[in-house]
Amino acid sequence: MAVTVKTFTSASEAAGALSSDRNARYLGGGTLVMRALNEGDVSISTVVRAQDRALTRIDASGPRITLGAGVTFARVLAERDLAFLHAPARSIGGPAVRNMGTVGGNLFAPNPYGDFTVALLALDATIAVAGGFGARDIPIEEFLQARERQTGTLVLSVSCTRPANSEAFRYRKIARIKPKGGSVVTLAAHLPLSGGRIAGARIALGSMAPTQIRARAAERALEGRSLDAATIAAAASAASEGTSPSDNALGSAWYRREIVGVHLRRLLSGQE
Amino acid sequence: MLELRKDIFADERDDNLNEIGKGTQRQDMLGHVTGTSSYFNDHKLQGMLHLKAVRSTQAHARIRRIDTTEAERSAGVRRIIRGTDVPVNLNTLLSLINFGKDDEPSLAVDKVRYKGEPILAIVADSEREAFEAIAKVKVDYEPLPAVFDVEDALKAGAPVVNETYPKNAFIYHDVYDHQRLRFGDADAALASADHVLEQRYQMSPIEHAPTETNGAIAAPDTNGRYVVYTSTQALFFSVDTCAKILDVPSNTFHFIGGTVGGGFGGKVDTLTEPLAILGAMLTGRPVRYVFGREDEMQYGPPRGAERIFIKDGVMRDGRVVARKIRAYFDSGAYTRLSSYAAVKCAAHLPGPYTIPNVYGDVYCVFTNRTPATAMRGFGVTAMDFAIECQMDKLANLVGMDPMEFRILNAYRDGDMKAHRREAKNTALIECVQVAAEKAKWPIRDEFRRASSRKDGGGSRAAVPPTPTDSRARPAAPAQQRTSYDRAPVNATREPPRDPPPPAPPPPPPRPAAPSHGATRFSSVFGTRRR
Amino acid sequence: MSKIPLQFRHNGRDVAIFVDGGTNLLVALRELIGDMTPKFGCGQGGCGTCSVLIDGELHLSCLTLAETVAGRSIETLDGIKQGPNLHPLQRAFADNFAAQCGYCTPGMLMAAKALLDRNPSPSRDEVVEAISGNICRCTGYEPIINAILAAAGGRVSA
Repeated sequence: MAVTVKTFTSASEAAGALSSDRNARYLGGGTLVMRALNEGDVSISTVVRAQDRALTRIDASGPRITLGAGVTFARVLAERDLAFLHAPARSIGGPAVRNMGTVGGNLFAPNPYGDFTVALLALDATIAVAGGFGARDIPIEEFLQARERQTGTLVLSVSCTRPANSEAFRYRKIARIKPKGGSVVTLAAHLPLSGGRIAGARIALGSMAPTQIRARAAERALEGRSLDAATIAAAASAASEGTSPSDNALGSAWYRREIVGVHLRRLLSGQE
Repeated sequence: MLELRKDIFADERDDNLNEIGKGTQRQDMLGHVTGTSSYFNDHKLQGMLHLKAVRSTQAHARIRRIDTTEAERSAGVRRIIRGTDVPVNLNTLLSLINFGKDDEPSLAVDKVRYKGEPILAIVADSEREAFEAIAKVKVDYEPLPAVFDVEDALKAGAPVVNETYPKNAFIYHDVYDHQRLRFGDADAALASADHVLEQRYQMSPIEHAPTETNGAIAAPDTNGRYVVYTSTQALFFSVDTCAKILDVPSNTFHFIGGTVGGGFGGKVDTLTEPLAILGAMLTGRPVRYVFGREDEMQYGPPRGAERIFIKDGVMRDGRVVARKIRAYFDSGAYTRLSSYAAVKCAAHLPGPYTIPNVYGDVYCVFTNRTPATAMRGFGVTAMDFAIECQMDKLANLVGMDPMEFRILNAYRDGDMKAHRREAKNTALIECVQVAAEKAKWPIRDEFRRASSRKDGGGSRAAVPPTPTDSRARPAAPAQQRTSYDRAPVNATREPPRDPPPPAPPPPPPRPAAPSHGATRFSSVFGTRRR
Repeated sequence: MSKIPLQFRHNGRDVAIFVDGGTNLLVALRELIGDMTPKFGCGQGGCGTCSVLIDGELHLSCLTLAETVAGRSIETLDGIKQGPNLHPLQRAFADNFAAQCGYCTPGMLMAAKALLDRNPSPSRDEVVEAISGNICRCTGYEPIINAILAAAGGRVSA
């Protein structure tokens, strides 16, 4: 049986179709769903699409930015007001993948992908979803913890607060292939300062657990302190706490645990 | 940029190179840049069906039952091919040159020996329908203990991977469970060497990862023939392999190929053609069997893994006086070409150096891993890696410059190589000299003046007295330990084990009496009648 | 099982085909239209040999659901020749030995064209970035990069 493709003009109709069919998947940029179909994943029998303009809207003018789930990484990179998200967007794929892959789809990308989501997790983004019960906002952390169960919900947009300045948000992706390659470890840190001290640190890691996770022990080591060498060392040594990486062709779990602190130290100390 | 050093060996040839050193357009370039070069998959045939394999999920298991009831009824399924449908369901690639025993089925029947081994071939109207039918096949496995390590595989009591070779080692000439090289008395030389360095080297399997995956399209032609578009790197080899497996004359096939989207050795195994042709025979329709990327990476044959132990004796003045090597080729579950790799490896020892005492044991071992195959210098590459690492360590051990150390030990014209062939046209010394010059690496005058054509032969041309293996093995010489001597990092931290006790000493190989006295050397067969 | 009608522009020509649900653009181009220039390499977005331009933008045809290109304009390697003459990029690839097995070449050329169409005189780094989604397993990247730079240079001086 061929796959059934259902195309809707509104996101809410698409959300309804998605939530009513266990074998339906939402097609964003195609880099996940088409890949699965190409590899023979017969669990997908219905593909749902929406041509709703709201899904591709970018609102980047104010202090809080909102990206429609269908916004591609190429469009993020073309938006000057989204400069703080350019490093994560640029770290994904080659030009063709960036022309196709979307912000919403990245939330579902398994290891060693999903780098943009690492940035969004550090920025404490909010995910707007539409499910069988209407639309609601979910904190990204909660969304990721229940990601396996989210395939029946349609992500409408993501939003987050713009970091205060370029020092306050940092991103680093470790890949074996440059400039393109799957992640060995991906790190993002949001370090808001209040009176010279870090208040509300969030550090997010990719490829260190089944989904993107926060490095809470490292965050605690930073909280209320100034970003000096001792603080950075304390955060780096706590980086692997609570992580559960796995082995894959790009690196072993052991290797990931060994290097995550090294790269967190470099990220926090502003080293290349 | 290309630089031709015509000053080196200038007296050996006329300086009349007309093409070398000049740019020449490739004859296939226009096709490549216009996208009109025709690869196997660039053929659109009316009514083409699609073949996909049901692959083993187990590394080693007995197949109790294969239930295809539901899959047979699945939409679009034209034919499910089982091992019993394959006319000659046991083959080994080099049987075409009468080397090795048939040990590999096209489709597994009673047992699977590696994860990903094909069990069924499903021919359907579309790839999607083939995938849907695959999901409906039920295979009842009885898991068996598996072995993934070459040394474990050779231990007594190890699981038997491939019943054709019950000791998990390829058998040469129906007698030998490994390739042996004996030249001089390595044990005696090690015992009297100033330093002994024993090291363990290992190389993991390497996937060729061609951008075009393996595949073939077979279609019924007129007069009962079949036209086959194929990605093979070895067209005539594939024709004959298909003729054997399908039990028809080779002129049944019209193979079209030659334009290959990257091979590197990974497209000689003729994995897709026999089943594509059989599919076409059984359905009367064109059938395409192309590997997906996961098929290619996970189940396509890699360069085989190797583990190599090298034990060298070196004198304070830098001369390597003994080299003892034990190497294991991981063939995976079937032979394919690894038996030949081990022969090539043994023929390559001890590397491009003149060492008066050489002892080599090279095993081709079966494990429950993906069968290995050819890849760019297979049999030699990993050994060279090991030997050159070892040379650097030896140089360091005796306090010599590594470049000079190589020049000192390099073979020269007229030297006797360990396989009792005179070294001719050697050029290692000159290569090292040029490498040093290019790297601005200082070497002393006497090494700059060395030549491959000087100081070879003479006493270096002699075949040294060589004890036979039947005499009692000498006790291992006391280890002159060095900073390099450390236990392998993974594994058990045991010192390298001795190889399994040799089988009762076989009679020396005795080629059939040549009728006219002429013999020739084949790297596969050794010396044999012309 | 019903087929889905689909119309789009293919190298400047209107085409109409019927596709099965779930068919990707690569299969549609190769098996329904007969344009064999985009190749299958991985089906995963990893190799880039299926690259085509959709409305001038570089896309992977194997990851593009065919029916999403309805009404859009697709350009493949088959369409970049200028009449009987090679495109400057094709000429530069040939002159600079920028193809070995040739299997990645269609994708490389389309990625290069996507770059030069927007940025006629790119830096070497920009060229590297532009083909970073395309794998040449024969590892002939240097001649490919040189060819793209040569094509760009030629275009500037022409």
